[in-house]
Amino acid sequence: MIEHLSQALLLPLALMVAFGGVALPLMAEPYGRKAATIATGAVMALTLALLIPLFSSVIGGQTVVMHLDWLPAYGINLGFRLDGLGMLFSILILGIGILVALYAHYYLPDYDKLGRFFAFLLLFMSAMLGIVLSENLLLMVVFWEITSLSSFLLIAYKSEAYESRIAARMALAVTGGGGLALLAGVILLGQVAGSYELSAVIAAADLIKADPLYPVILTLVLLGAFTKSAQFPFHFWLPNAMAAPTPVSAYLHSATMVKAGVFLLARLYPVLSGTDAWVISVSVIGAITLVYGAYMAMYRDDFKGLLAYSTISHLGLITLLFGLSTPMSVIAGVFHIINHAIFKASLFMAAGIIDHECGTRDMRRVNGLFKLMPITATLAMVAAASMAGVPLLNGFLSKEMFFTEAVLFTGFDGAHLLLPVFATIAGILAVAYSARFIHDVFFNGEPVDLPRQPHEPPRWMRVPVEILVLLCLVVGMFPAWAVGSLLASAAGAVLQAPLPAYDLKIWHGFNLAFVMSLIALAGGVGIYAMRRHLIEWHHKLPSLNSRTGFERLHRYLVEQSERILRALDNGSLQRYIALLCAFVLVYAGWAYSTGGRLPQHNPGVPFDIAALIALAGLMLGTIGTTLLHHRRLLAVVLIGIVGLVVSLTFVRFSAPDLALTQLSVEVVTIVLMLLALYYLPQSSPKESSRARIARDIILAAGIGLGMAFITYAMLTSSFNTISGYYLEQSVPGGGGSNVVNVILVDFRGFDTLGEIAVLAMAALGAHALLDQLRLTPPAKDAVGRLWAEEAHPLFLKMLMRPLLPLALAVAVYIFLRGHNLPGGGFVAGLVTGVALILQSLAGGLSFAEQRLPKYYPPFLGLGLAFAAGIGLVSWFFARPFLTSAHGHFEIPLLGDIELASVIIFDLGVYLVVVATVLLILTELGRLHYRKENA
Amino acid sequence: MEAMLAIAIGLLSSCGVYLMLRARTFPVILGLTLLSYAVNLFLFASGRLVVNAPPIISSEASHYTDPIPQALVLTAIVIGFGMTAYIVTLALRGLSESGSDHVDMPEMADDINSEAAIAHQPPATNQKEQQS
Repeated sequence: MIEHLSQALLLPLALMVAFGGVALPLMAEPYGRKAATIATGAVMALTLALLIPLFSSVIGGQTVVMHLDWLPAYGINLGFRLDGLGMLFSILILGIGILVALYAHYYLPDYDKLGRFFAFLLLFMSAMLGIVLSENLLLMVVFWEITSLSSFLLIAYKSEAYESRIAARMALAVTGGGGLALLAGVILLGQVAGSYELSAVIAAADLIKADPLYPVILTLVLLGAFTKSAQFPFHFWLPNAMAAPTPVSAYLHSATMVKAGVFLLARLYPVLSGTDAWVISVSVIGAITLVYGAYMAMYRDDFKGLLAYSTISHLGLITLLFGLSTPMSVIAGVFHIINHAIFKASLFMAAGIIDHECGTRDMRRVNGLFKLMPITATLAMVAAASMAGVPLLNGFLSKEMFFTEAVLFTGFDGAHLLLPVFATIAGILAVAYSARFIHDVFFNGEPVDLPRQPHEPPRWMRVPVEILVLLCLVVGMFPAWAVGSLLASAAGAVLQAPLPAYDLKIWHGFNLAFVMSLIALAGGVGIYAMRRHLIEWHHKLPSLNSRTGFERLHRYLVEQSERILRALDNGSLQRYIALLCAFVLVYAGWAYSTGGRLPQHNPGVPFDIAALIALAGLMLGTIGTTLLHHRRLLAVVLIGIVGLVVSLTFVRFSAPDLALTQLSVEVVTIVLMLLALYYLPQSSPKESSRARIARDIILAAGIGLGMAFITYAMLTSSFNTISGYYLEQSVPGGGGSNVVNVILVDFRGFDTLGEIAVLAMAALGAHALLDQLRLTPPAKDAVGRLWAEEAHPLFLKMLMRPLLPLALAVAVYIFLRGHNLPGGGFVAGLVTGVALILQSLAGGLSFAEQRLPKYYPPFLGLGLAFAAGIGLVSWFFARPFLTSAHGHFEIPLLGDIELASVIIFDLGVYLVVVATVLLILTELGRLHYRKENA
Repeated sequence: MEAMLAIAIGLLSSCGVYLMLRARTFPVILGLTLLSYAVNLFLFASGRLVVNAPPIISSEASHYTDPIPQALVLTAIVIGFGMTAYIVTLALRGLSESGSDHVDMPEMADDINSEAAIAHQPPATNQKEQQS
């Protein structure tokens, strides 16, 4: 294997063009349908053009591999690979993709502007290309899942139709579910092989086959392949997916989606094949699917449905060939992948033209079209003949190879004799349904009651069909010249071994395989001739409607899930909190009983009488709040005491910044609660049952005891600080002596930026909740008194007005000194907020509103912009985000002042805090104001 | 002193949890506030209790208390306010949507109808015009 690094870069580049191109049709859409189509075709053509330079070395037997580390610790890397198999599929995906794009332009109605359709199509195409170009297996699974998702979008394209939505959901459930199995299989594969790179996995093939996990891996991988390739019993999504627009069917069910499954079989053939388990499971499933699909195809009255079941049958054939595991059967399988893609794409397109022209797909009504559209009819008949395996057409060649292999196969302990019989029956059925398609649609009398008068389609709509049918003929007549090297290169990549000698030619002599072909042709025509009896007989059989079965299962699962959900999630906050608390108790108890102990040697601080008084105050406040919470106003007063004691605790234990902050927050919180209480009921009803109260007391007591215990254990344990660096560097590094503030605005500035962002979000959330909110405040208070007439006592108003400049001056002072002494943006912001709110309280909101901004969200943004903006400035000095600078400045009158750039950051903090406080409190107040005026 | 703070934190958490388990929004808000006090004090206490050694660098000071818990708690207090404010507005919105201050908004069972009812309420300005 040779890696040409410069050339191999084309692989990721091609994928980038393909995925990047997804947006192009949407951008081209405003310039018309034609622009969207051309954009799509251009993306596909450019992608193909990027890959073509690599083809010559691949045909020369090389494998181009490109490897970029992505998440090496998890084995997920951007590994790309182009070998013969990938090359064959790339050509099919992109070549047929371009034809489908051209076809879709004419097929979809004029009112469809095509942007969305082509975006989905390109997304699907890119993912498909990703699968075939992946070297890393996990990467391949990612692309695999993208094909499932994007095919969901394509199948549900006519989303207004119920049928389409059901079909899309079914396809997603089946193929997506298979994708999950594949993911599990690939992970196991990687675990066993020690790498997720395909080259390494192939090298470890013997190890994998000998591993006890091999049967599990095989089952999971095959589940992925069989669901995608619509193998029995997962086939049912495919006929339903015919609800998609025909260009989608032509693409998904000829060259792509369903071929991804057989691609996977081919890709992992060197790794997993050769064991009895592989031969039996793959070939038996393939054989059942082959015959079942062909049998069902015969009874479809809808010609698109006939093609769908025929697709299932042909995929079964390819699967069977890979299952037989001889070199020649693999070559035949790869060859049939090419041939089926060509004739089935052309047939779907022809079927779409007929549907388009006739307005129905019912073969009991669509008859005798040969006279009305002779060119299309001829094209479709040639393609259908290829599907049936008529000589001189490509379908004949691979079918002949299949018959030969069926005769030569010797496995299965004697059961192999059944294989030629099976093959011949499948051949007969294929001829029969092909004959039905040709005879019913183009001959068999006159059209019956068609919605439209059919005639030849627009010139360019037929071009893709003409190209494909021409390919059927060229490959059928000059196989070695047309696809010889492509096939050899692809089959070589599958086998990972030298190919046996074989001849790609039409005439192999009068051998058993040719006899089987003749029997199939004659038998097929014979069966078609007696179809009436067969159809009668078929309708007497119990119908196997997998679709309703699937729907029933789906509905059952949804109902059961909803039942479980209702039982677990009854929407009660009380229950959730109780469960959470109980979990915390159990978990912490378990951790305590199994964990170690903290070493206990902290001398502690001796207690004094002041602390005792504070504790008494706190207990009074806390217990009072809890016992009297039914009397809400009283509870607010009591909780105020708790806040004060907490502030005092901070004062006592060397935390002046915290004390200032807590005190100002306390004021704002109490105002907030009082405002809320104005609208909320003034008292809580006593409604909890005794049992409920007992449960809650137990939970609360457990949590409280636990917290007390943990706190005591922590406080008395030995202590090593990690703050040494901050204490040392605060002055020289941060230019401030208040270490707490320097940490906030400098050392951990990025954290603070996140925190003020959270604060701004909370404020915006409250803003959204209060928007358009309407509440009726009660006319009386808790004990039935009317609210005071005089809303804003004169005395208070007069006292507050001179306080404002004083309070603001204090705020400015606190803000400026914050870097060196207790204070800073948070505290200053809160003090400013309190000062302004007090004015509203004393003077009324209308008084305040005339003097203050009415709308605060922009100030939140401004504050964040300040904080983040000053951080960005450091980039201009080639420093990391939020690097600070500080220095001494000589300012007239004030003298030497030390300033740090973080003051701008702190200004941002200040603005966010002020805006949050004012936004919430004034908007809550305005609720009341609005009501007063209403 | 350590034991006293432990008792205080235990009591605050206990009463906080009890109130949060009530069925009405207002006691839940009170409970949340008490629990915030407890958590802030606990976080603060992880720097241990040190008297007369604020983390403000000066030549006279011989030692300092740990500044990191203080920095953490400072922002926690402010964010705690933001959270309380949000919950309060949520409670008010819940009251207006369901007509009850029960935490589970029991009247919301048929939420499509009440949405419609809100949408069809005439705006405040119209009411004003009608009255005048």
